Amino acid sequence: MQYAPQLYSAALRMTRNKADAEDLVQDTYLRAYRGYEGFEAGTNLRAWLFRILTNTFINSYRAKQRRPQIDDVEDVDELYLYKGMRSSDVAARSPEDTLFETFTDDEVKAALEALPDNFRIPVLLADVEGFSYKEIAEIMDVPIGTVMSRLHRGRKAMQKRLWDSAVDRRLVESEPMTTSTPASTPPDEHG
Amino acid sequence: MADCDETLRALQTFLDGELSPEAQHGIHDHLDGCLDCLQAFDFHAELRQVIAAKCRNDEMPPDLLHRIELCFGEDIDGDGRVGPSATT
Repeated sequence: MQYAPQLYSAALRMTRNKADAEDLVQDTYLRAYRGYEGFEAGTNLRAWLFRILTNTFINSYRAKQRRPQIDDVEDVDELYLYKGMRSSDVAARSPEDTLFETFTDDEVKAALEALPDNFRIPVLLADVEGFSYKEIAEIMDVPIGTVMSRLHRGRKAMQKRLWDSAVDRRLVESEPMTTSTPASTPPDEHG
Repeated sequence: MADCDETLRALQTFLDGELSPEAQHGIHDHLDGCLDCLQAFDFHAELRQVIAAKCRNDEMPPDLLHRIELCFGEDIDGDGRVGPSATT
């Protein structure tokens, strides 16, 4: 049961509610314990449990979700959040504030949970759980190239969401940029 | 050695630890001499840590493990009993 807290947090990010997350973790352990999914000796136990969690979510819980299935995310510049945080007058943020202090737990969770399933699951598995591309491909049963492109776009969309929440809280003042610019272009300074 | 554009394009793959050793070296060499790129990499490395820390800190309901034990009829968490412990 050493992985239960990780599985529970991941289940919360997937289902976005506590009751479903608890049921999902319970279902995952039942399926694992009864050996439905065929654990092979020598394979990674944690990756195997996350595979069961992910499959159970996709097959059983996703259908219950009230949200419409969205297959795409907004595309923004590669360094959207970084350039924005650097260039904007940051009212409530002092220079020595770390990102950890800038964004609340709830904001970061909400930014991840806002992603459509196809993008949320790879970002969750990579950036929160630290799985490799190959492990994520096996967990989700998709090609590695698909993992990489969804990660790429999911991360950018999540950064856009974090930026938007910083704007909402008036931590920052304006849009960082609307079009792609070369990364070497210095950020615009306000004032 | 990679230039700024190549380096920034490889940012996420680099932080994922999924570059080839040669490509990894090329990025390292560039970052050694380019403060602009180094700052961008540092920002994203820090952001990764923030996301991981803040998306993984949910407190698991204490009775969840006990519910699972009851399903199995076994003492899984090793507290000497199946289901809720006497002290809670």
